[in-house]
Amino acid sequence: MDSYILGILMLAGINLVAVLGLSLLTGFTGLFSFGHAGFMAIGAYVGAFLTVSPARDVPGLGLPLVVGILGGGAAAGIVSWLVGRITLNLKGDYFCIATLGFGEAIRLVFNNVQRFGGSRGWPLGATRNPQDIWVILLVDVVAILLVANLVRSRHGRNMIAIREEELAAQVTGINVFRYKMVSLVTSAVLAGVAGVLLGDYLTFINPKIFNLTKSTELIIIVIFGGLGSISGSVLGALLLTALPEVLRFFEIWRLVFYGAAVILIMISRPQGLLGGMELTPAGIRKILAERRARQALRAEAAREAEGGSR
Amino acid sequence: MSGILEVKGLTKRFGGLAAVDNVSFSVREGGISGLIGPNGAGKTTIFNLITGVYKVTEGSVSFSGSEITNMEPFRIADRGITRTFQNIRLFKNLTVYENVLTACHMSAKYSIPEALLRLPRYLREEKALRAKAEDLLSIMGLTERRDVQANNLPYGLQRRLEIVRALALDPKLLLLDEPAAGMNPDETEQLMRLISEIRTRFKLTVLVIEHHMDLVMRLCESIVVLNFGQKLAEGTADEIRGDPRVVEAYLGSGGN
Ligand SMILES: Nc1ncnc2c1ncn2[C@@H]1O[C@H](COP(=O)(O)OP(=O)(O)OP(=O)(O)O)[C@@H](O)[C@H]1O
Ligand SMILES: [Mg+2]
Repeated sequence: MDSYILGILMLAGINLVAVLGLSLLTGFTGLFSFGHAGFMAIGAYVGAFLTVSPARDVPGLGLPLVVGILGGGAAAGIVSWLVGRITLNLKGDYFCIATLGFGEAIRLVFNNVQRFGGSRGWPLGATRNPQDIWVILLVDVVAILLVANLVRSRHGRNMIAIREEELAAQVTGINVFRYKMVSLVTSAVLAGVAGVLLGDYLTFINPKIFNLTKSTELIIIVIFGGLGSISGSVLGALLLTALPEVLRFFEIWRLVFYGAAVILIMISRPQGLLGGMELTPAGIRKILAERRARQALRAEAAREAEGGSR
Repeated sequence: MSGILEVKGLTKRFGGLAAVDNVSFSVREGGISGLIGPNGAGKTTIFNLITGVYKVTEGSVSFSGSEITNMEPFRIADRGITRTFQNIRLFKNLTVYENVLTACHMSAKYSIPEALLRLPRYLREEKALRAKAEDLLSIMGLTERRDVQANNLPYGLQRRLEIVRALALDPKLLLLDEPAAGMNPDETEQLMRLISEIRTRFKLTVLVIEHHMDLVMRLCESIVVLNFGQKLAEGTADEIRGDPRVVEAYLGSGGN
C-alpha cells in the first residue's frame, strides 16, 4: 500500500482509540473533557520508557510494544482515577475546566522532565514499522467491542442515564460518582493506549504534540461524529483525520477550510453525523421503530384534535 | 405504633430560611398518605430530604426501622424509596422502553467484566431485565408507546412513565410529587385509579404531594398539612377538612 495513505490510516486508527474513550465519557456519560491529550501524553511517555532500547542515549527498558501498550494504558488509568477523585464531584462546567487545567499541567510537567528530553522532545530511535497497522487495527477492534458491550449493558445504561438527567439517575439508585469514575478511567486508559501507539508511529515524542489543540481535536471529532454514537465516532475519526491531509493542497489555508467544514456540518446537523444512532442492524431497526412510533403518535393527536373540533 | 417511614424533628435551613422546620410525622405501611400545604410550604423539600437529595440540617428520617438520614440518594433508592419529580425528569432522549429498562438495573447483578465479555450471567440477567421492562410497560398500558422518545410523549403519559420508571426499582415506598399537575380532570381521574391499583398490585406504601384537593381527600387515608415549613395538622381526610387552622391557612384562601 502507498506509504502515505498507510500513514493516514495508521493515524486515523490511533485517533480512533482515543476518540472511542472520549466518546464514552462525553457522548454517553455527558462529561466534557478538554484534557485527554494529557492522558495520551502519559501513555506515550510511559510506553516509550517501557519500549525504548536500553542502548539509546535516553535509555528505556526495551520491552515489547504489547507491554508498552498495557503499561501506558494502565498509567493513564491510574492518573485519571486520582484526577477523578478530586474533580468528579464538581458540577458539569467545572469538571470541564478542571480537565483543561489538568491537560496543560501534564504537558508542562513533561516540558520540565529533562530526563525524557524536556521540551526538545525524545527521539525513540526505532524506524516506523508498517506492520504496526495490524496492531493498531487490533486495538481498534478491541476498543470498539469494549465500548459497544459496555454501553449495551446495565452499566452503560447507567452512564447514559447520568448524561440524560443526573438527579433522576441518583434517585433511580445509580451510584453517579462510581459510574462517572468508571467512564473516566476507561476513557483515560484508551487515551493512554492511543498515546503509546502515537509515539510508536511518530518515533518521536515531545510535550507539544499533546497540547490543548490535540484535546480539542479529539472532542471535535466526538461531537462531529455525534454524541452517543460509536459508529459516529468511528466515522468522525476517519473523516476528520483524513480531511486535513486532503486539504494539504490548500497549504496555509488548510486549517481554515478544516474549521469551515466542521462548522458547516454542525450547522446543518447539530446532533453531529450520527448523534444517538448506530449504523448496525439493531441500530437501524431502532431508528425505524422510533420513526414509526412518532408517526403513530402524531396521527393519533391529529385525529383527536379533529374529533375535538367537531 | 410506628410506620414504615418515620420523620422526626426534620429541619432544613437555606441560609436564614427554614424551609422545613421541626416536622415530625409517620407513614403507615401499605397506606396512601398525603402531604399538602400552600406553595412554598416545604413539601418538595421534605421529599428531597427523605431521598437524600438535600442534606438534613437537623432531625432524622428512618425507614423500615433503620435510620437513613443523610445517606446518599442511590443507597436510599436501594433501600426501597423512589420518587417522581414535580417538574418531570425523564431520560428525555431515550425511548419509553429504554427509560424503564435503565431503571430495572437493580434487578441484575452482573459485573462490568461480565458485560464486556458477554458472559452467560450477563446474557441471562439481561434477558430477564428486558422481560421485566416489557411486563411493566404492558401492565401500565405503555406498550403501544414503547418506542416513542420520552420528550415526545404527551404530558400525561410523561407523568405516567415517571411512575413506571420508579416502579421498575421494586420500591416499598413511592413518593409522588404533584402527579396530577397539568392534567385535565379526565387524566386526573385515571391517575387516581392508577395510584390505588399499583398500591395493591405492587404492595406499595404511597406518599403523595398534591394540590388537587378532591384527589387528596378521596385518595389519602391520612394527611399531613404543612404551612411555612411547619406541620399544621395531621389526620384523616375528614379531620383535616374540619380543622379550622387548615381551612384558614389553606383550604379557605387560594387553595383549590
Ligand atoms: N435549593 C434551595 N435553595 C434555597 N431555597 C430553597 C431551595 N429549595 C427550596 N427552597 C425554598 O424552600 C421553600 C420551600 O420550597 P418547596 O419547594 O419545598 O415548597 P413546596 O411546598 O414544594 O411548594 P410548591 O407547592 O410550590 O411546590 C421555598 O421558600 C423555597 O424557595
Ligand atoms: Mg413542590
